[in-house]
Amino acid sequence: MTTKEHDTSVYEEVQASSEFQELKRRFRAWTFPMTVAFLAWYLLYVVMSGWARDFMGAKILGNINVALVFGLLQFVSTFWIAWAYSRHAEKRIDPIADKLRHEVEEKTQ
Amino acid sequence: MKSELLSTILFLLFVALTLGITVWASRQTKTAADYYAGGRSFSGVQNGLAIGGDYMSAASFLGIAGIIALSGYDGFLYSIGFLVAWLVALLLVAELMRNSGKFTMADVLAFRMSPRPVRTAAGVSTIVVSIFYLLAQMVGAGALVGLLLGITSDAGKMWTIIGVGVLMIVYVVVGGMKGTTWVQIVKAVLLMTGAALITLLVLGKFGFNLSALLGEAAAQSGKPKQFLIPGLKYGTEAQGLAGKIDLISLGLALVLGTAGLPHILIRFYTVPTAKDARKSVLWGIGIIGIFYLLTLVLGFGAAALVGSAKIAAADPAGNTAAPLLAQAIGESFFGSVGGTILLALIGAVAFATILAVVAGLTLASSSSFSHDLYAHVFKRGNVTEREEVLVARISAFVIGAVAIVLGILAQKQNVAFLVALAFAVAASGNLPAILYSLFWKRFNTAGAVSAIYGGLVSALLLVVFSPVVSGAKTSLLKDVDFSWFPLSNPGIISIPLGFLAGWIGTRLSKEYNAAKYAEIEVRSLTGVGAEKASEH
Repeated sequence: MTTKEHDTSVYEEVQASSEFQELKRRFRAWTFPMTVAFLAWYLLYVVMSGWARDFMGAKILGNINVALVFGLLQFVSTFWIAWAYSRHAEKRIDPIADKLRHEVEEKTQ
Repeated sequence: MKSELLSTILFLLFVALTLGITVWASRQTKTAADYYAGGRSFSGVQNGLAIGGDYMSAASFLGIAGIIALSGYDGFLYSIGFLVAWLVALLLVAELMRNSGKFTMADVLAFRMSPRPVRTAAGVSTIVVSIFYLLAQMVGAGALVGLLLGITSDAGKMWTIIGVGVLMIVYVVVGGMKGTTWVQIVKAVLLMTGAALITLLVLGKFGFNLSALLGEAAAQSGKPKQFLIPGLKYGTEAQGLAGKIDLISLGLALVLGTAGLPHILIRFYTVPTAKDARKSVLWGIGIIGIFYLLTLVLGFGAAALVGSAKIAAADPAGNTAAPLLAQAIGESFFGSVGGTILLALIGAVAFATILAVVAGLTLASSSSFSHDLYAHVFKRGNVTEREEVLVARISAFVIGAVAIVLGILAQKQNVAFLVALAFAVAASGNLPAILYSLFWKRFNTAGAVSAIYGGLVSALLLVVFSPVVSGAKTSLLKDVDFSWFPLSNPGIISIPLGFLAGWIGTRLSKEYNAAKYAEIEVRSLTGVGAEKASEH
């Protein structure tokens, strides 16, 4: 179960390849902005819970108010982002990652 | 038959089933990968359920339902932070950790840095976070069992804590990760089934009309105008600006802490590949999200059908809201026998919940002690797998024993703040170290050590000098006042401090290993050289 000692120069070669740079770009270009977006969306919710209570208390339908809908939207956005990420990863990330992994494993064996 | 007796019988059935699984798992546990990571052979769905089992503590089941029943909307605020936090784990941590680590959080850091200092820091932080969380659960167990079984004597509570502690030690020492994971899976299924059943009955009672449920909850709460909007518990108008900033601080710790909790991080190692780690987090998000939606109905249902006054009279913190609701709804549908059965069922589910969470925490801390501190720091890697697993088992025993003793000593203290503190330390120390390590090329040993200790120490010190410890009616120490930090949650200061400390530490040291960064970057994104599942 111990990890084999690899020749590190292989990794530097792969890291410099345009294919790997494309993989890294596709990963970061999706996850970094999305992280900023969902954290901002969540913080907006927390800040409004602290400072916009009259607005949060406004009734929409019966006893269902803005606060409840806003909270439920956090659930919807979380489920949606999780689903969208898995689609993005399967379509745009996994194929390159799998290909590079096979290539490196062939080189290092 | 009384509900206490039925509850005890159901709980003993759960114990018998999980002990059977534990013995079975112990026969399959031969290598270190088996003990620490369940042989990496769990499927994404299984691990997703186990993630739910590890995460949905008694604090989130009984605690959040109780907060909603007594303070209305604010309990929901808490659960949303707990859920959104999983996106950080999914997008930034789970897969990359699975690809580049082995057994503990420290493996990822030690990969491209000087191993002894970073393993020491990560090991200390892992043990501190886990023990805080563990202590809160143990003390909670004593109080809870007292409420559910009608045990009010100190001796009774002490024996409850000892019983919970001994069982958790057996699960971890005998069953390792494989046994513990199955305990989590069984518990998650029971908890979801129990919560879903009560939720359906409550919704049925109100003709599946959410607005009617909310209206009745507000009417029975005694505070009808404020019950459905934020502000009854966190950041109340009476607390002024400090209270509202405290609310933000709590929110930050909740959302950023999860991806730094050691017992959650080691879950990613129990599956064969990074894709399974992704799948398990997706399942975890689904299960945890649905669970928090159920607790919303449970909390408002308890307020509506039991009434806030009666809930507060049974337990001022509201922890018995869900059991009382189970009894009330059972009675209204199936008569007094139904009430007894549902109360017993929820009581047994609550015990199972506590037991599973404490087992996960004990496993995380003992694994880190053995793998990081013993094998790599004290012995500098010169240990056999056999010896390492033996030390892990001994340390699980010792940590369990320490938790029992501390749990008994702290029995009368209000230690609920320890959960929030564990999240704050995880967000301030562990998360910066993990994220920098995975994404920042220049990061180095000095940076990792500064981030972990900087985050850990600043979070701890700020709590020591906050109203949580001294200077207020609800403080741990009531007769002295050395508080100067106005917030009870340190996150808003300590999280930026942890990230800043990591950045400064890195810049002050010249150390930098380009080849190792290339290796971890390629490995984390492609899965080259990732640890494989063991073959049986």
